[in-house]
Amino acid sequence: MKQFTVILVHSSSHAMRIEHMLNQKGIACKLIPVPRHLSSNCGLCVQIDKSDQPAAEEVVKVSRLDIQGFFDTYA
Amino acid sequence: MIYFDNAATSWPKPPVVSEAMTRFLTEAGANPGRSGHRLSVGAARVIYHTRQAVAKFFNAPDPMRVVFGHNVTEALNLALRGLLQSGDHVITSSMEHNSVMRPLRWLEGQGVALTVVPCSPQGFLDPADVEKAIRPATKLIVLNHASNIVGTLLPVAEAGRIARQHGILLLVDTAQTAGAYPVDMQQDNIDLLAFTGHKSLLGPTGTGGLILGERVSDDTIQPLILGGTGSRSEEEMQPEFLPDRFESGTPNAVGLAGLSASLQWLYERNINTIRQHEISLTRKLLSGLDTIAGVTVYGSKDAERQTATVSFNIDPLQPSTVGLRLDEEYGILCRVGLHCAPTAHRTLGTFPAGTVRFGMGIFNTAEEVDQAVQAVAQLASEEA
Repeated sequence: MKQFTVILVHSSSHAMRIEHMLNQKGIACKLIPVPRHLSSNCGLCVQIDKSDQPAAEEVVKVSRLDIQGFFDTYA
Repeated sequence: MIYFDNAATSWPKPPVVSEAMTRFLTEAGANPGRSGHRLSVGAARVIYHTRQAVAKFFNAPDPMRVVFGHNVTEALNLALRGLLQSGDHVITSSMEHNSVMRPLRWLEGQGVALTVVPCSPQGFLDPADVEKAIRPATKLIVLNHASNIVGTLLPVAEAGRIARQHGILLLVDTAQTAGAYPVDMQQDNIDLLAFTGHKSLLGPTGTGGLILGERVSDDTIQPLILGGTGSRSEEEMQPEFLPDRFESGTPNAVGLAGLSASLQWLYERNINTIRQHEISLTRKLLSGLDTIAGVTVYGSKDAERQTATVSFNIDPLQPSTVGLRLDEEYGILCRVGLHCAPTAHRTLGTFPAGTVRFGMGIFNTAEEVDQAVQAVAQLASEEA
């Protein structure tokens, strides 16, 4: 099992926005259904490598999106 | 056939539009943002790209502040009925379409005070008259960017400057300008921009939306439609964040795929080039009609001060007669009669008979304008 970080957002539109902005910065990401243990939300979240979290935090800051947060997960 | 009804909806559309729609239906046709599987994610991605293309096209501050709906009427209803409450005052012009006038008249019945600022018989609005109408309770100025009857451009940037000075908001109905005339939310001081996808933006019907500028606090606008958004599924209260707050129910994803393609197509052609083409068509049509005895042209009669929409009448013919003969005898398709804007027709002096309206667009040619002028001249000569 590998450790990842997921960015939990409020809306799939926000997930799309973050995916686009991460891609622009060359940060690899993947949209996945929100892991059940993190939220009961039915939507999407953005999975990134744990090492990319600081850069991704900067991207989220620039986006001015209100997100639920960064969480560790395993896949 | 000559299609001169672009002010109602543009035709034809660039081939990339139907190609994108077919591709969406065959390759990404799932429900966007509802599920996590690849087709749903693909559909959501298409909608995001459209959102971003719209924001770029209008120089909007943030794609998340682009709220999709089904047309400009829905967007105007959201802005007007979502924002204005009993006790508020709103200012508009006498050149508005019923998409603005009907919600405003309805709101009057709910206790909203309304001032309709008169325009000149050519359809021009003096921004000083707008400023004079401002009261302490004024919350909003709502203007069309150009008349749907005669194409006369309204001074929205100046109205926006006045709105900012007085701490009120400007809502602009870009139905007749988006895609035909440069619209820039920042430069034109627009706080709320309502657009439709199917006219000069060259997209399919059933697409449009409202863009919220930075001065608009989204919690001051109440949603018109509540329901499923794919987000916050555990809660029975409507989410407050954008765009979900205003986007309940499955969107017209296939339409938005088409709109994304048409926006890219327009972007590659450059709005200023498109505008110059339409100015040259308008100038040609206006000068051609001007030489025909018995023809009265309404509006600015100045191609620089209007869109490529021209209204006229042939004395003593009814507009409906002219429209039918142009269609059947000359293959010219246009709109005749009253154009859903009774106060504007009164301003122009064309109520209740209406006008013959030629709505030209990007795909029309100088040759088509020549043919149309000849057809009008022939009809007029029969009556002389």
